[in-house]
Amino acid sequence: MSSGYAVIGEARGRHEAWSPARGSEIIADHLAMEGATLPILHAMQETFGYVPQDAVPLIADALNLSRAEVHGSMTFYHDFRNEPAGKHIVKVCVAEACQAAGGNATSERIAKALDCAFGETRPDGQVTLEPIYCLGLCSCAPSAMVNGRLVGRLDDEAVDEIAAECRS
Amino acid sequence: MTARIYVPGDAAAVALGADRVAKAFEEAFRARGLDVQITRNGSRGMHWLEPMVEVVTSAGRIAYGPVKARDVPGLLDAGFLDGKGHELRLGDPEEIPFFKRQQRFTFARCGLIDPISLDEYRANGGYKGLERAIALGGPATVEEVFESGLRGRGGAGFPTGIKWRTVGQTPPQQKYIVCNADEGDSGTFADRMIMEGDPFTLIEGMTIAGIGVGATKGYVYCRSEYPHAIKAMNAAIKVARKAGYLGQRVAGSDYDFDMEVREGAGAYVCGEETSLLESIEGKRGLVRAKPPLPAHKGLFGRPTVINNVVSLCSVPFILANGAKTYADVGFGRSRGTMPIQLAGNVKHGGLFEIAFGITLGELLEDVAGGTFTGKPIRAVQVGGPLGAYLPRHQFDTPFDYEAFTKIDALIGHGGVVIFDEDVDMARMARFAMEFCAVESCGKCTPCRIGSTRGVETLDKVIAGQDRERNLQVVEDLCHTMKLGSLCALGGFTPYPVMSAITHFPEDFGRGHLSVAAE
Ligand SMILES: Cc1cc2nc3c(=O)[nH]c(=O)nc-3n(C[C@H](O)[C@H](O)[C@H](O)COP(=O)(O)O)c2cc1C
Ligand code: SF4
Ligand code: FES
Repeated sequence: MSSGYAVIGEARGRHEAWSPARGSEIIADHLAMEGATLPILHAMQETFGYVPQDAVPLIADALNLSRAEVHGSMTFYHDFRNEPAGKHIVKVCVAEACQAAGGNATSERIAKALDCAFGETRPDGQVTLEPIYCLGLCSCAPSAMVNGRLVGRLDDEAVDEIAAECRS
Repeated sequence: MTARIYVPGDAAAVALGADRVAKAFEEAFRARGLDVQITRNGSRGMHWLEPMVEVVTSAGRIAYGPVKARDVPGLLDAGFLDGKGHELRLGDPEEIPFFKRQQRFTFARCGLIDPISLDEYRANGGYKGLERAIALGGPATVEEVFESGLRGRGGAGFPTGIKWRTVGQTPPQQKYIVCNADEGDSGTFADRMIMEGDPFTLIEGMTIAGIGVGATKGYVYCRSEYPHAIKAMNAAIKVARKAGYLGQRVAGSDYDFDMEVREGAGAYVCGEETSLLESIEGKRGLVRAKPPLPAHKGLFGRPTVINNVVSLCSVPFILANGAKTYADVGFGRSRGTMPIQLAGNVKHGGLFEIAFGITLGELLEDVAGGTFTGKPIRAVQVGGPLGAYLPRHQFDTPFDYEAFTKIDALIGHGGVVIFDEDVDMARMARFAMEFCAVESCGKCTPCRIGSTRGVETLDKVIAGQDRERNLQVVEDLCHTMKLGSLCALGGFTPYPVMSAITHFPEDFGRGHLSVAAE
């Protein structure tokens, strides 16, 4: 028996392939909201793993916006991708508190262990490595988010575990 | 009676293995045929002890920590369920000195209760503030907040009561309460902790704000980096709605109020209030020029109260216990308590809520216990990426808005990031400029272009090229950014940069100027 709110960030569901019908369905689910653009973009990314280019005109039409407006919103925010990410997504905090706790060396070690530069997806599509500015884990730094799972106080052992997870 | 244990579901505890610990307990209880309820609570804020597990015994709650999944069988063998001895036993969590020294007004329930149990919330003083607000009515509620002296905890320290009055005085129409849960500052996690550990407090605070100013709809704009907080808030909103605490005729009164969570998308600047409003509206997060104030023309052009999570979460206590109780503690014009967040290279990191006035030195040495590397503290950055770096000789500064302003620093959202003597302050100055360049909304030239020039110029300084001339360029850039920026991203980035240069000149190849001048 357990109470409180449940555990999250475990197994991530597989993403669906883009289809205009599914895209329109997602849009329709959000039409009653005030300011639906961001919620729709989030839902697209959650469903397809990125925001497909073809979704932009659909969103624009449904919300009575220009394509440029929707495109502008999408590109302004760091979260939204316009192409699929790697199979594993590793986000490493590079902000001040994590740097204070030795984060610079840790970031370098992770990049090396994953054989992937920050801001890139490895050519084999296995992993995407991204810098992130603070996960709110600054008292147990340095920290990272690996496939949605939080990891604090990153040490060599944790880096090895991340690398192993990203080989699978 | 079923035994009960608490394993935090707080993101920091989870990042340190709390989910694995909870799972290990669950399996062990099943294997041993024990009937034990596991509650995923918030964190008490002593993060060096996380995952800190608590068990309810006849002598009250007993804590153990930091617990790893592999410790679970040993704990059970040692009589953990009866609170018996073990090397991880910490005793009564509220007697731990770090905890005992605090004045927990706002965070009183965080870590204590099941975050989404309305019964436990009410049994521990929850919704007393709302009851009082309903009895007082809107205007008197606003005056109570004004009397408390509460100032915005998001950074600027603007009196909350004045903001509410302005919105309250606009003619009746659709008005909004927007909660700023963007918490982008490195070194801060108070908003996250209370949303995860005591979400009803935020719901109650926003509902009281709605009654105060005549708003019927609220939005919590929460950064996407906080999935646990978003989940906890959504769960609590559902429970509150079902129980009649949100929706029409809140708690049986004549007031309507409902709210929802909106997720940010990884833009630091969206913590700036007008950029945040643009973002909820679905646009690029470009900062708006003021006036008009959000209080007059805010979300969708309507009168809007926008407040930080901690500001809003301070309100239920103020209403329930009276403005005076809150205002009675504090320092100068900084009234009440501040949840100070100790982070970075820190031995005892976590959240420490205390009345304003404690000095930085007391916090760093007595409370935080120095660095985890054991090396001397060389610098601290207070107030996030736009806050100044402070050297040791300023550690006697009391935590107070005015005292910090006097030394060209800011309290901001109360984050304190500790650095030991290995820090390279030139690198930190460069990072401040780089962060500004990455996160600039692009509206003003000094911020957008100046920060990029700042990075390039500091790179030259670091490489030892024409140092004095390039430092002069950095100073000029800072001056221009300070004067020519629409918001504090461009306007305050000079604080970390200039404080690093001023207080740590030796890291910029300038010799020990400040030490000599002391
Ligand atoms: C670049 C920038 C980022 C900000 N980020 C936040 C934030 O994450 N959270 C917050 O509450 N306030 C933030 N602020 C301050 C808000 O603009 C605003 O002052 C605050 O939400 C008002 O609420 P308060 O009076 O309760 O503090 C930021 C300001 C700037 C200029
Ligand atoms: S100072 Fe920077 S972030 Fe602020 S409005 Fe100007 S360009 Fe945008
Ligand atoms: S600075 Fe890395 S988690 Fe906050």
